[in-house]
Order: sequence, then structure tokens, then C-alpha cells
Amino acid sequence: MKRERTVVILTIVLAAMLVFAPFLPNWTMFLFTVALCYGIVVLGMMLLIRTGLVSFGHGLYYCLGAYAAGTLEPLFGITELAVMLGSAVAICAGVSAILALLLRRYRDIFFAMLSLAFSMILYGLLVKTSSLGSTDGFNVTVKTMLGVHIAGTAYERYLIFAVTALIAWVCAVLIHRYLNSHRGRLAEAIRDNELRVEYMGASVANTIHLNYVMSAILAGLGGALMAVSVGHIDPEMAYWTTSGEFVFISILSGTGSVLAPFLGATIFESIRSFAYEYSPNTWQMALGAAMLLVIMFLPGGLWSLFRRSGRSAM
Amino acid sequence: MSVILESRQLRKTFGAVTAAADINVSIEADTVVGLIGSNGAGKTTFLNMVTGYLKPSSGSIRFDGRDITALGPRQITRLGICRSFQIPQLFDTLSVSDNLLVGVGIVASAGKNWANAASTQGTPSDAVETMLERFGLQPYREMAAGTLPEGVRKLLDIAMAMVVRPRILLLDEPTSGVSAEEKFTLMDLVMDAVRAQKVTVLFVEHDMEVVTRYTHRVLAFSEGRIIADGEPTTVLNDAEVRKYIIGETFHAKRRGGHAQA
Repeated sequence: MKRERTVVILTIVLAAMLVFAPFLPNWTMFLFTVALCYGIVVLGMMLLIRTGLVSFGHGLYYCLGAYAAGTLEPLFGITELAVMLGSAVAICAGVSAILALLLRRYRDIFFAMLSLAFSMILYGLLVKTSSLGSTDGFNVTVKTMLGVHIAGTAYERYLIFAVTALIAWVCAVLIHRYLNSHRGRLAEAIRDNELRVEYMGASVANTIHLNYVMSAILAGLGGALMAVSVGHIDPEMAYWTTSGEFVFISILSGTGSVLAPFLGATIFESIRSFAYEYSPNTWQMALGAAMLLVIMFLPGGLWSLFRRSGRSAM
Repeated sequence: MSVILESRQLRKTFGAVTAAADINVSIEADTVVGLIGSNGAGKTTFLNMVTGYLKPSSGSIRFDGRDITALGPRQITRLGICRSFQIPQLFDTLSVSDNLLVGVGIVASAGKNWANAASTQGTPSDAVETMLERFGLQPYREMAAGTLPEGVRKLLDIAMAMVVRPRILLLDEPTSGVSAEEKFTLMDLVMDAVRAQKVTVLFVEHDMEVVTRYTHRVLAFSEGRIIADGEPTTVLNDAEVRKYIIGETFHAKRRGGHAQA
């Protein structure tokens, strides 16, 4: 019942967003779109954290996904959203499947730092690549969505928001199902005791590999959706501070449910927007204070507010 | 009875130290075998080689006629050799039932790649319930494994080995850290479960009362070698075993009759 309750809540939230979004001011719809994109990335982070791994380099896939989608127009003249998202998924899956061969051998700070190193390599490459705009990046355009022309129409912003929300819903439901499957349950078992998992006949390395690739795909999707929402990409997406934001939101959210990353991302984005609006010179202080409060009073993240017991309920 | 596990000229050295020296042993199916010896005698090294944690320096191990010397722990577990640990290896943040469900899930996911999967009956939750009942763990089912008392942790550790459908179960000091009052209760539960699943058992034990009561056969280790092999009363009354392992004051006599097949 608990499993289905999560899917029902996700569906109700999705339906509410799709119905009420057209009545929201543009800036609010944009804020929710950005929060959903971040939420998708952090959903992947959550999968890794449940496996006992913290990546300080998920900006790599966030940026890779964005560039995989964005470069289709300058390279091939493609501006179809589905193809752009498909490209992000394929590139991130391919790159992560290769990098995971190395990363799955490391744990703790070594995993975190190695993943950070890979993201900074991409940052360095993009900064030096003038054909991709170097540090300035370039603009990304979506002209069609499943063949329907949307560029410049009155409902363009809403459609991008709706697609982002729908994809976020699909990702959340799939990850929720996965975490409750036999293989998904191994994530927490690996975090607790790798030796025992091997002595029960399961492969720790293969499970970490799979979870890492899934996490990278989610980060890539989040990056691609962010690229089409904002309409611009630059190498900052791979910079370590971007990866740090994902870690920040993960801690803020907690890992108790697939709903948590979206809640955390929405609160993070709201605090950042309002703090930037009302205190442009000290907005980082507001974020820092929020983090401090969460760590002091909700060490299990915001999601622990919704849990009755210490166990992961959803 | 047919031989299920066999080691030939099994040797393990760590630099100049010989932890196991030319161990030749055949274990018959459906027996309970005790491994005794002082600390550093080579019992756990033997267990670790059988389960693939340590690779032998030379020699071979055959399980059910198949050479498993080069296999790793995961492949050996999948063939049906499972183990428990001296210090229980649990998933501390998960509940007792979830600890068992992880194992049930692994067997279910492996399907035909699991040698003894055919013996699994019912749904995953049925398998968990059966194991909770067999090991008397129902009162603790929702408790996090990290919060359990030591005796219950030991039981759960063994139940986690049993839930993945072993044909041979290796127990490393199952009663260590368990109070004198609890040790026979624990062993009775384990032996009942073992009989229910028709599992061959090898266990390392320092408590000679437990060894006498529950085994059909005893292998006595000293300095990496087997110095005595036979029925418990015979081995425990052996002059060398008394001198090097159990001391002169212990008098072995079978009690309780739990070891009868």
C-alpha cells in the first residue's frame, strides 16, 4: 500500500501542476521548471547515496546531457525535443557505463573526488573549445515537440514545463519501482555491508555500475531539460559548484522517498530566488543558514518531517 | 553417503607462515562436522578457502564433483556453499525481515543461475516468514538489525545464510559471544532449520560441549594440519587433541543426541 501511495501522491502532484500551471505567473512556472530539472538530477544522486556513494561530480552528466541536446542544432540542424532528450540519455548512458568501470572500484572520499575530477575535465575541455562558445556557451533552441511546431507560440513555456513535469513523474515512478524491486533493494544492503552482499550471491560491482548509469542518465535528462528551459548552456554546468548544489539539495531533501528530491529542489530554488531578489549580495548566506538549520534539526533531510518512524517509509 | 565437499593437498601460506598444510578431507552429504583447534590452527583459513575468500597457495577443492578452487565467494554461494560469520555481518539499518528479503530477492533474481533455487517454494514473503519462524525471529521482524541483542544477531546472521538455499552451511563460531544459557537454544534452532532444509554443516567451534552435542564428526586442526578426524568422542579423547587443543581436564561424552541424522 505504501508503494502505491507514493505513486498516487506523485500523480496527484503532477495533475495539480499541469492544471494550475497555466494560471501561474511566468516566473513561478519557470521556477518550478528549474526545480523539476534539479529534482530529476537529485533523484539520481539519491539512488547513489542509497548505495552509499556521494558523487561530487554529477555536474559532468548534467552538463553532458545539456551539450548532447544543445549541440544537435549546430551540428545536424536538429531542433526536435524528443531527439534532443534521446541524445542526452544515450550519451550519458554511454559515457557513464565506461567511467563506472573505474569508479565502481572506489568508495567514500575517493569516489567523490574521482567523480569531481571527471567533471572538471569536461569543464576544462569545454572552456577551451571555442567552437562550442568557450566560457560563454551558446543558445539552445527547441522548435518542435514530437513534430508539432512550438517555437514562438503562446504555449511554448507551458509545454516545456508540462514535458518536464511529465518526465519527472516518469523518472520518479520508475526509480520508486526500482528501489522496491529485488535488485533495487540491494542498494541499501550494499551501503550497509558489501561483504555480506557478495556472500549472499549478488555482485556489488554490477549493482553499483547499474545504479551509477541510471543516476547519470537522470542527471543528463535534467541537464537537457534545463538547457531547453533556459535556452542557454555554458561550461559552468560542469563546474564543481554546480555538483555541490546537487549535493546540497540531496542533503536538504533526504533520501527517504522519490518525492524528497523534488521537494528539496523546489525549496532550494525558492530560497535562492527570493534571497537573490531581496538580498542580492548575501543570498549565499540565506542558503547556508537553511542548510545549517536542516543539519541541526533535520539530519535526515526535509523528508524526515513526513516520516513517522526512523525507517524509510516510502 | 556421497561425498559433497572434498579438498586435496590444500595449502595456504602467508609469507613464511603456513596457515593450512596439505589438508585432505572428504565431507559426506547431510552430516554435521565440527572443526576444532586453538587460535591460528587453520580452521577459519580452511573455511575462507572453501568459500572463496582466500585463494589456496596450492591444492584443490571440489564441491559435488566440480572444481571450485578458483571461484570467488559470489559464484561459490550461487553453487550452494553459504556461510555465517564469527562477527555477524548484517545490514544494520534494515529491519530483520528486510535483511532476509534481500537474500530471497537475490535468489529470485538469479533464477536458473542459482544451483539450489528449485528448492525455493512460495512467494518471497513466504520464504521470509518461514525463515523468521524457523529461527524464532518473529518478535524482532520490524527491528533494525543494528539494534538487536548479540544472540539474535547471531541467529539472523545464520538465517541470512540459510535463506539463500545452501547445500553446505559453514558456521564460524556460531556460539561465540552468546551466553551459556542461550547457546544450546541457538544451536537447537539452527540444527532444526538445517534438518528442515537437508543441509550439510561444517562449523568452527571452541565450545566442546556444543561440538560433542551437535556433530557427527570432528576435524581437529593444529598448526594448519588435521591431527585427528573421526567421531566426536573418539577425537576429543585423542591424546594429541587433549594435549594441543582442549586440555586434559575435558571429558567428552555425548549428550542430548541432537547430532543423530
